[in-house]
Amino acid sequence: MKVLVTAKRVIDPYVKVRVKSDGSGVETANIKMTMNPFCEIAVEQAVRMKEAGVVSEIVVVSIGAQQCQETLRTAMAMGADRGILVETADEVQPLAVAKALKAIVDKEQPKLVIMGKQAIDDDCNQSGQMLAALLGWPQAAFISNIAVNGDGAEVTREIDGGLEKLSIRLPAVVTTDLRLNEPRYVTLPNIMKAKKKPLEIIKPDALGVDMSPRLTTLKVQEPAKRGAGVKVADVKELVSKLKNEARVI
Amino acid sequence: MAILVIAEHDNKQLRPGVTNTIAAAVKMGGDITVLVAGKQCADAAQAAAKIAGVAKVLLCEAPHYEGALAENIAALVLSIAGQYTHIVAPASGFGKNFMPRVAALLDVQQISDISAVESADTFVRPIYAGNALATVQSKDKIKVVTVRATGFDAAGAAAVAAPVENLAPVADSGLSKFIGQELSKSDRPELTAARIIVSGGRGMGSGENFKLLEALADKLGAAVGASRAAVDSGFVPNDYQVGQTGKIVAPDLYIAVGISGAIQHLAGMKDSKVIIAINKDPEAPIFAVANYWLVEDLFKAVPEFTRELSA
Ligand SMILES: Cc1cc2nc3c(=O)[nH]c(=O)nc-3n(C[C@H](O)[C@H](O)[C@H](O)COP(=O)(O)OP(=O)(O)OC[C@H]3O[C@@H](n4cnc5c(N)ncnc54)[C@H](O)[C@@H]3O)c2cc1C
Ligand SMILES: Nc1ncnc2c1ncn2[C@@H]1O[C@H](COP(=O)(O)O)[C@@H](O)[C@H]1O
Repeated sequence: MKVLVTAKRVIDPYVKVRVKSDGSGVETANIKMTMNPFCEIAVEQAVRMKEAGVVSEIVVVSIGAQQCQETLRTAMAMGADRGILVETADEVQPLAVAKALKAIVDKEQPKLVIMGKQAIDDDCNQSGQMLAALLGWPQAAFISNIAVNGDGAEVTREIDGGLEKLSIRLPAVVTTDLRLNEPRYVTLPNIMKAKKKPLEIIKPDALGVDMSPRLTTLKVQEPAKRGAGVKVADVKELVSKLKNEARVI
Repeated sequence: MAILVIAEHDNKQLRPGVTNTIAAAVKMGGDITVLVAGKQCADAAQAAAKIAGVAKVLLCEAPHYEGALAENIAALVLSIAGQYTHIVAPASGFGKNFMPRVAALLDVQQISDISAVESADTFVRPIYAGNALATVQSKDKIKVVTVRATGFDAAGAAAVAAPVENLAPVADSGLSKFIGQELSKSDRPELTAARIIVSGGRGMGSGENFKLLEALADKLGAAVGASRAAVDSGFVPNDYQVGQTGKIVAPDLYIAVGISGAIQHLAGMKDSKVIIAINKDPEAPIFAVANYWLVEDLFKAVPEFTRELSA
């Protein structure tokens, strides 16, 4: 079966993000970018399913600036077969992501879409569930396991109280949680091979969907800083501070 | 203005974040209706009727609402969505699962995880693991919003209980089937509701060593949490994870033990009232957010802490 995976380009999770002084957003110039970690897990899952003989083709999609080509190449070095970039310099919010992906799914007809549960920049946690809704497909969000059997799949989801098992019909959209797998490192030979894999560039107009943002960001601020704390010498002093100063125990 | 709040519950009781979500809805301004959908959940509906600010409760019972499947809950919400200006739910695993479905089918851009309400159409939400706060305005006709419970003080009790009306279920979508849940069992308070949390990280070394934290937690009546590293190492179950991609907590006291203080962990706990950290590394970044910190080996400090509380 054919699988579609998504790969968003985001600021590296280990970079200290700085708010711009004019409050219009965060600094992105000359900052290390990477594939959203949850998307890496999605790509890895698709590749493992291909290695296991369950999946025949992996198409990876990214939406954003021209530089997302690098993200797609990384996904192809991990094992995706071909890439699609929906190229736009504009801000793309989750509803627009879902609409663009729906147009691509309509054309590509995958049996499974694997997405990250959350983009670590906007922290929205929406796009996968939205795509499932627009397609009228079942969804399994925040999965830590998936086993495909014929026309369905059994999935384990990470929920607030523990784990949940669902059986879903295919085609479906699933979103990855951290414990689904550990993504592989890309090797130099695979990076070289990935350069030759097909990468299609589509403009939003060609998809025939309205991708304009619905939310206007009025300002972006730094959160309030916590006051400086104090170092205590030993456990006795710690307990005394908690009892007599902070009065929390 | 009319607001629909979708309540999370275990059929008997409401989940901890619901009262905070209702408090956020009160700030948006308008009549508040609470939807309680489940298998046999009349008790939860009665509980919702007794929360201040609630004008009406809709009770919808059907076997296929067990497990709160996203497809079915979203379809039910959509059946009445047209009557409301705002649709609001907690930004918990429950709300995050079905709300984007509701938003997409209404052709609305959801506003996720709000930590403050500026006005009926303007909200504050953390982005980049809480490194920045964005103030966003929605132009959509219906606002679909999920609420970060720690941003809002819980709503109080109502003087008079609101009426509870029955709502007809929507047919089972048949798209997915609930098989079952494996819930972590514990006699301790729940992470998102606890007044005190004791959290362990990779420094704990093993799941066995978490017993040290459990002993301390029992003395304090605290919940036990963990960093991602502790969960990934298999020390504790996934639902212990506090952070950007785990649970967001803000207890009166958060005790971080053997946790370095990565930004993704801080994202989940830095709004706690008092934070203490125990770490043997004098440079651990967690100290930057701690009110009190102790540079010591946890295997010495934690048992001593427990003993000191018994003294
Ligand atoms: C996409 C993404 C999402 C993430 N989401 C989360 C999340 O939700 N929550 C989360 O927590 N992390 C999350 N992380 C991971 C995060 O970046 C860190 O890797 C993680 O928080 C580290 O956990 P830790 O502090 O337990 O381990 P470490 O960073 O390894 O720190 C262990 C600490 O224990 C101390 N220590 C060791 N032995 C002792 C001892 N005997 N006595 C005292 N101190 C000792 C060490 O000095 C060290 O400071 C995420 C990362 C990514 C990329
Ligand atoms: N611009 C994008 N390009 C590719 N995938 C995306 C994009 N935005 C979101 N996604 C996918 O949707 C998931 C959830 O994103 P979000 O709803 O923004 O938190 C991400 O983990 C990605 O897999």
